[in-house]
Amino acid sequence: MKANPKDVLTGVYYIDGDVASGYGALAAGCKFVAGYPITPSTEAFEAVCHRGPQVGAVFIQMEDELGSISAVMGAAWAGVKTMTITSGPGYSLMQETIGFGAMLEIPFVLLNIQRGGPSTGVPTKTGQADMMQSRWGAHGDYEVIAISPDSPQEMFDYTIKAFNLAERYRCPVMIMSDECVGHMTEKVVIPEADKIEIEARRMYNGPASEYMPFKPDPDLVPKMARAGAGLNLYITGLVHDEKGHPVKSANYKSAHVRRLVDKIRLNKDKIIELKEDGTDGADVIVVSYGISSRVAVKGVEIARQKGIKVGTLRLVTVWPFPDERIAELAQTTKAFVVPEINYGQVVFDVARCTHGKANVVLVPHGGAGVHNPSDVADAIEFAAKHESPLEGVHEFKTRLEKSVFEGGLKLKE
Amino acid sequence: MAVERIDDREIHPMENLLRMDRMPHIWCPTCGIGIAVTAFTAALEKAKIDPNMAAIVSGIGCTGRVAGYVKLDSFHTTHGRPIAFATGIKVANPKMKVIVFSGDGDLMAIGGNHFIHAARRNIDMLVVCVNNFIYAMTGGQVAPTTPLAAYATTSPYGCVEPPFNIPYIADSSGAVYVARYTALHVRRLTNALTEALNKKGFSVVEVISPCGMYYSRINRLGDGLDMMKFYHDNVEIRHGEDTKNLDIGFQTKIICGKFVDRERPSYMERYNQWLSEVKSTRKNLDAPKGAEGEG
Repeated sequence: MKANPKDVLTGVYYIDGDVASGYGALAAGCKFVAGYPITPSTEAFEAVCHRGPQVGAVFIQMEDELGSISAVMGAAWAGVKTMTITSGPGYSLMQETIGFGAMLEIPFVLLNIQRGGPSTGVPTKTGQADMMQSRWGAHGDYEVIAISPDSPQEMFDYTIKAFNLAERYRCPVMIMSDECVGHMTEKVVIPEADKIEIEARRMYNGPASEYMPFKPDPDLVPKMARAGAGLNLYITGLVHDEKGHPVKSANYKSAHVRRLVDKIRLNKDKIIELKEDGTDGADVIVVSYGISSRVAVKGVEIARQKGIKVGTLRLVTVWPFPDERIAELAQTTKAFVVPEINYGQVVFDVARCTHGKANVVLVPHGGAGVHNPSDVADAIEFAAKHESPLEGVHEFKTRLEKSVFEGGLKLKE
Repeated sequence: MAVERIDDREIHPMENLLRMDRMPHIWCPTCGIGIAVTAFTAALEKAKIDPNMAAIVSGIGCTGRVAGYVKLDSFHTTHGRPIAFATGIKVANPKMKVIVFSGDGDLMAIGGNHFIHAARRNIDMLVVCVNNFIYAMTGGQVAPTTPLAAYATTSPYGCVEPPFNIPYIADSSGAVYVARYTALHVRRLTNALTEALNKKGFSVVEVISPCGMYYSRINRLGDGLDMMKFYHDNVEIRHGEDTKNLDIGFQTKIICGKFVDRERPSYMERYNQWLSEVKSTRKNLDAPKGAEGEG
């Protein structure tokens, strides 16, 4: 279906990524946002609070992040599209309830504007070190979808996509942005409502007595319902059967949790979006996401000027991970170079998928800033020239690391 | 509500409001939670609540399992978060009647922050807090309601922390209706729950419940019947008592009654009033953020 014209602020704007994401959420039909102010995500929450009333969206600033994500869960079961917005420590606080959302198959979107961690870290500056937390943050087995936009325009576009995926797969969808993209101000084109495709919630409309909240359709995704529809919903975070009733046996546990995992894993070809450029026949492929992919563009340009055949693979969807595509490219390329603003997270998944067929070079960054494109270029050059297999993930020594640590920290005897 | 007999078996008078296919329930013999649930379902009928438009939300713990036995839209949420979850339901669909039914540990310890803020906002919901003075589901640990000097497995030499006085917190945080009864006071409890269900705003009913398996066993207070006798002999009904006088000590007198019944605009009333005022007085609301010159 198409977006409701009332929800869409059609026009050309000069706004930051946070605000663009807020407008994207409302354009996607989000009608409830609960949040707690935290830098650098606050502007997105403010944008929703400002514009929400015009489109009939309710917002509430809760007492903490535990409360805001829990309110989002309740609102989703009350029948509306929902979102919460956070960053850094707030994201850590939300983890338990993200697992609860996965368990209850609640469609919701979480906008995480990553900042420098751990702990309070550098609240006003960037980081990409929540990537593994977005996948494994809560206890137990589950799968989520994570998207990483790299511009304010994408913050708008992919927030809508995040809502569509959440409805399609009844699962938590994280927008894993970062401070740079969140605070980056650029031109954002908000199209006409009839150009925006919206996924409607897949609602049950059979007889009330026969509704089973967790009985999957053939694509493993169950139909959603809402409270107040006479269905006597029984919804629990305990392992449950298709009716929602708690069960304890290993059989049920496997059946239930296996489906939570497989509804994402088996549908991953439909979920994953990659942006590739020049990967066929490339000697080196730069794998990146979010702000690091914007920075890598310059590094790739420098390397190409030196005559190196470099391709780029941008993970628009970071989770689920494109295992097969990386494995396929590992057959033909010499090495993958992965710049990310952490000391190695997504790079280990890249390495896992190469099956030893290609070298993997991490270009690390401790956060509170972005990579120097020359480091990305040098890492590409290093990877292109290095003929022998490197063991595991090779960590490239960046200018920053060299200047701070003079070649790396060593244990003292 | 008439219950149709489908065979010769005895039918629970509240069958229409209970999930009979979930029985037997998990609660121990002599536990008071079942009494609280019976009083609550009776109150639902007396208050003429449409079961199709009511949601019951519980957290974790013994009382956390209540949602799973009541035939409304039932939500068994995470530990401490039922009030926040219920806030989401209420704000997203204000037509729903929302009830939070949970224990003292869930609502006053891990969920204490949500309790005071929902009261401050005056979210229209009924909170039924079953207080058994202990963490029972996990085997008898000290709670924020455990009376001073009472034993628990994690206060093996007696509790050194003063307990919360739940009605006092509810009152001072802004609740519009606050009452306390024990599991012995079924009729008074039912009446209080009925009143609270029809009250607009944040209402709190504390139900003091015996815990025969942990609290009274660890403290050698006898079984459930002994606890009921204790309530019979030591409860004083004092309606309108100042909530600051409602502390509960170890085996001291327990003051019950209706303490607060007042009017304050609920969250959604204020929200909607504010919204219509803003829409009628401020122009250019459709402009993007910052463009209207008011920040």
